[in-house]
Amino acid sequence: MMNKSPRAPSRTHAAADAAPAAAVHARDLTVVRGSRRVLDNLSFDVRPGTVTGLLGPSGSGKSTLIRAIVGTQAKVTGTLDVLGRPAGTAPLRSRVGYVTQSPSVYADLTARQNLDYYAAVLGIPHADRAAAVEQALTDVDLTSHADDLAGNLSGGQSSRVSLAVALLGTPELLVLDEPTVGLDPVLRRDLWNLFHRLAARGTTLLISSHVMDEADRCEHLLLIREGTLLAADTPQALRENTGSDTVEDAFLKLVESARGEVSRGESSSDGSARSDLDRAESADKSSGATS
Amino acid sequence: MNAARTLATARRVLRQLAHDPRTIALLLLVPVLLLVLLYYVFDADRRSFDSIGASLLGIFPLVTMFLVTSIATLRERTSGTLERLLSMPLGKADLIVGYALAFGVLAVVQASVATGVAVWFLDLDIAGSPWLLLFIALLDALLGTALGLFVSAFAASEFQVVQFMPAIVFPQILLCGLFAPRGSMQPALEAVSNVLPMSYAVDGMTEVLKHPDATGDFVRDAVIVAGSALLVLFLGAATLRRRTA
Repeated sequence: MMNKSPRAPSRTHAAADAAPAAAVHARDLTVVRGSRRVLDNLSFDVRPGTVTGLLGPSGSGKSTLIRAIVGTQAKVTGTLDVLGRPAGTAPLRSRVGYVTQSPSVYADLTARQNLDYYAAVLGIPHADRAAAVEQALTDVDLTSHADDLAGNLSGGQSSRVSLAVALLGTPELLVLDEPTVGLDPVLRRDLWNLFHRLAARGTTLLISSHVMDEADRCEHLLLIREGTLLAADTPQALRENTGSDTVEDAFLKLVESARGEVSRGESSSDGSARSDLDRAESADKSSGATS
Repeated sequence: MNAARTLATARRVLRQLAHDPRTIALLLLVPVLLLVLLYYVFDADRRSFDSIGASLLGIFPLVTMFLVTSIATLRERTSGTLERLLSMPLGKADLIVGYALAFGVLAVVQASVATGVAVWFLDLDIAGSPWLLLFIALLDALLGTALGLFVSAFAASEFQVVQFMPAIVFPQILLCGLFAPRGSMQPALEAVSNVLPMSYAVDGMTEVLKHPDATGDFVRDAVIVAGSALLVLFLGAATLRRRTA
């Protein structure tokens, strides 16, 4: 009764073309909301054990893509496999950690009570629960506020409680929607250090941001705009391929070249997206050997 | 369904309430104060107090649990915690039964205080056992919880959800036989009152008022209220979607 997911994207072909089993494997991923295509034919892989940045302006479809990956988004078509299984299927629910954009914690519980409840939901045995909660609080540097009501914490602190929830039970894939928005620079640096420590332990992280200067903290980037994938590459390769100094410049150049191709009149329905994707994929192959 | 997750959910809901002593005080004291008010309203007519008081002991838990659950569930939906829970290995039944358990505990406390005050201090004169009153009150509370959970799916804000209270609960109060015997209503209204669960809650209370033992009618009323609560809980479960647009 509770495990059916009739609209989960069906697995049309084996994930064989993603050589070292990708943590997230998307082919022709499309999400429709009303009459609008919020995500339009995205194809990409997220490599296991890396920190991948999902960058794009606000409204570009980042949150929708993240919700599709964690299995809370309806009307998803195409192939979307997570840790080798169709996204949103029951066995993934304890293996994928998810942090929503606004902190999803109970304002009328303390930080520790929040974590204690979510730990129980994740099935962490009672004997290990206190230690797991303590570890998560330490990871996000909140031990001094553990017994404050989440509703009385600052915005940055309550978003760290939300992040700590996702760290419980050491998930294999962590999907974070704008986790560093509004944090002070010191804390932001500490969190990125934490993300890389987690990646070193083998966790795959997919982190969205609309702040382009966070790009260089990621090993791999997915650039999206208006629901289409502009590029999927390393920050370095992105800059080199577009002859830009910063990822932000690279983003602008990709947007402009996509526009140019559309206005040149060869705009088949997915013309711009396809050509960018092809370019990104060929760049991907050329840089693939280095990582 | 998983017992550990269900109990964890019930404990979490109770912990949330524990941080809100004013809500607890209001939940426990308001029904008692209203009964005291009613006692003095019927200062010269104690028989009317007996029948209306007994009915109200069934109506209070339904109304308060409806309000508390609908708002708590709406907050769960709008704060993102529901989405997060449903992306975790939590069954829908774990969540719903967890809520029902937590509010059931609260309802038992509320109904015990109200029934105790009514029977011992306000000399509510009932033929049957106060335990049967308490039992029906608990079923009413479950029904209120179920209805609250269900309507919260159709409200986008707290403003909307409180409007469901006059829309869903008031007609039942008007038609349940509290103001006029159901048999004396316009036949169409009597037919409507026959399918509204609160009518049976009040009928059950009246049975306890009049008869020393649990009668067949009492059992029928209790089964109908419990069945309605279960049915609406299932409908409520159907409104919880793991995937949303």
